Amino acid sequence: MNDADVKTLEIDGHQISARRGQTILEVARENNIDIPTLCHLDGLSEVGACRLCLVEIKGSNKLQPACVTAVFESMSVITDSDRLNRHRRTILELLFAERNHICSVCVANGHCELQTLAQQQGVTHIRFPYRYPELPVDASHERFTADHNRCILCTRCVRVCAEVEGAHVWDVSGRGINSLVITDLNQDWGSSSCTRCGKCVQVCPTGALFDKSKIGSGHPKYPDFLVNLNLMREAR
Amino acid sequence: MNIEELEQIADSVRGANASFDHEVNVCMGTGCLSQHSDRLKDALAKAADASGKKVLVRRTGCMGLCAAGPLVLVDREHVLYQHSRAEYSERIVAGLGGEPVAGLQCNLREHFDEQVHIVLENSGRIDPEKIDDYIARDGYKALLTAITEMKPDDVVRQITESGLRGRGGGGYPTGLKWSTVAKAVGDQKYVICNGDEGDPGAFMDRSVMESDPHRVIEGMAIAGFAVSASKGFVYVRAEYPLAVSRLSTCIRDARRRGLLGSGIGGTTFNFDVEIRLGAGAFVCGEETALIASIEGKRGTPRPRPPYPAVSGLFDKPTLINNVETFANIAPILRKGARWFASIGSERSKGTKVFALTGKINNTGLVEVPMGIKLRHIIEVIGGGVPDGHTLKAVQTGGPSGGCIPADMLDIGVSYDALIGVGSMMGSGGMIVMDDTSCMVNVARFFIEFCMTESCGKCIPCRAGTAQMYTLLTRICDGSATMDDLALLEDLCATVKEGSLCGLGQTAPNPVLSTLKYFRDEYIEHIVHKRCPAGVCSMQVPAEVMA
Repeated sequence: MNDADVKTLEIDGHQISARRGQTILEVARENNIDIPTLCHLDGLSEVGACRLCLVEIKGSNKLQPACVTAVFESMSVITDSDRLNRHRRTILELLFAERNHICSVCVANGHCELQTLAQQQGVTHIRFPYRYPELPVDASHERFTADHNRCILCTRCVRVCAEVEGAHVWDVSGRGINSLVITDLNQDWGSSSCTRCGKCVQVCPTGALFDKSKIGSGHPKYPDFLVNLNLMREAR
Repeated sequence: MNIEELEQIADSVRGANASFDHEVNVCMGTGCLSQHSDRLKDALAKAADASGKKVLVRRTGCMGLCAAGPLVLVDREHVLYQHSRAEYSERIVAGLGGEPVAGLQCNLREHFDEQVHIVLENSGRIDPEKIDDYIARDGYKALLTAITEMKPDDVVRQITESGLRGRGGGGYPTGLKWSTVAKAVGDQKYVICNGDEGDPGAFMDRSVMESDPHRVIEGMAIAGFAVSASKGFVYVRAEYPLAVSRLSTCIRDARRRGLLGSGIGGTTFNFDVEIRLGAGAFVCGEETALIASIEGKRGTPRPRPPYPAVSGLFDKPTLINNVETFANIAPILRKGARWFASIGSERSKGTKVFALTGKINNTGLVEVPMGIKLRHIIEVIGGGVPDGHTLKAVQTGGPSGGCIPADMLDIGVSYDALIGVGSMMGSGGMIVMDDTSCMVNVARFFIEFCMTESCGKCIPCRAGTAQMYTLLTRICDGSATMDDLALLEDLCATVKEGSLCGLGQTAPNPVLSTLKYFRDEYIEHIVHKRCPAGVCSMQVPAEVMA
């Protein structure tokens, strides 16, 4: 490794070193600096879509997503400021108002990344009018259920199915506020080409995709398997 | 094909044209065609035959003044007929060489005289589907000169020195973009022409593609030479069928003439162009979404960097420019960078084509030098606001731009000046509003557009524009409170600063600019439940409130 491959930077006032090509998010997490994320998941490709990981970079007025922004020499990053937290709270509120997220009756209550982030960010109420869209619940699969009311369109299911399982059963249909994750060409999950591996359920941050056997019992998810799986595949 | 052969074609076309005593040009752009200018052209040809006069009746592209269409330009006598119909054709032919037909003439000298045509220099003068017509007006000369006498670096230098900036809206220096792609490492590079014009009220690119398609193709080929790309794509929205069919014809003709394909002009330079159709998504005008769409993927933007110049189409270095940008290339090489840089203002060179729409007399296309005052465009070239109403504001930049109030229209048109007043150049739509326009309703219209056109990938744009629309609807129907207004302003900040691509980042601009200049209208809606322009119908009428 030569000098050019090592970068030194500052995150929230901490002096930190990093390898060239690493993202701000990777480096921050290595150094126990937490940046909230929803669409990012270790082991999947980045889409930079949830915008929760936006950070300030000294010298630029534009906010940058930490998950896709590579570190550069002597950069100075701020991950925690009034401006950023205001945006993060607004984004979380937008998600809660977008669909029907009712934690008390959700299978993922207590194990939901959206809920946890909202608690961390101190979201106590939603300023925006709830949209109450009428959305379907697809319970046609013998093992799993897709409840679109709880989907935040992070597309982790789409990516894990295409990139890790290699089946590409999930994708997004429609656009804008009418976007919906679908299986195959918008047919029931139960009659789709699903391999029943369950990876999408494990990576889903909310109760949108869940295991039918866990109804009523609280539904912890274990997305960490992805990193180990990727490691094993690389080793082989 | 070499320059001598090009000259021979040009001479033979000029000779053939000179054998006619009169030239009658009939506009067959989309606007005039919708009023049956095709029938008019056939009738004119028939009348000309019957009269025994030597008349060349020519189909041409857009002449600009769509409000007065169908237009007929009698070239050598410099007579322009407006609202022409097939029934008038015998009278028009009879008037050739004599007194022009009374009552049909369009006398808007100030509309045309104040314009400077570079991009539109051939529009309304040539048959867009005849490659020889284009060659007769020095077409493809710039391309052949560039590939035989210049080095790619020299071409890039010319473009850089001309000061040309991207005409798609952002105003990124074209020369800088070209040099970046030229320096990018890669065995395969691509050139893309962005013809996915989607702003409401904008039709500049459509008109250029319909009226002078060879100009765009030549610009792309020159770009291909400058950045060492061998393949180009024109991405046109499928809603422009005439542009698509004319481009297809022109690409085929250019191949036949050896102006596209392998070994162009006897050199080792290869370049070919393919058309890709947009499937009706506004967001596909954003460069990374457009590239995804060409690749056959869902048309959603991705974060930059990497920029397309480094990793674009199929992960190869890609040059992507707007239609109008490419249309400026050939004239710059033909007449020199210094000539181009002498037109316009200090930091915005050349001309800009604007589509004038809304409450204005001379609806249509105009091409004006940069730096010209907005007021001059609207009141002199555009003929002002009709029916004795008063001018209230001008919206530039489409859904990404803002509303500029009437008292600020003395600014000169340039990228920087428009951003300075909270709007932007955009691709060139210019929507004029008078005292019958409600600014809150205008803002709501643009937000509704952004909401339905959002791709749904990032949360601020997907859910944020939908909430902005809800809040603006509340203001328009009189059910909003001042808290809703505060919330709307808060939301604007998050959507602007938080969105992934330009669509979301600029979506709040119409709201922010109307809030800045017409805040009293918002307050009037919210507090007094009254729409000053009388556009919005209130849920709670004012008299009930009192």
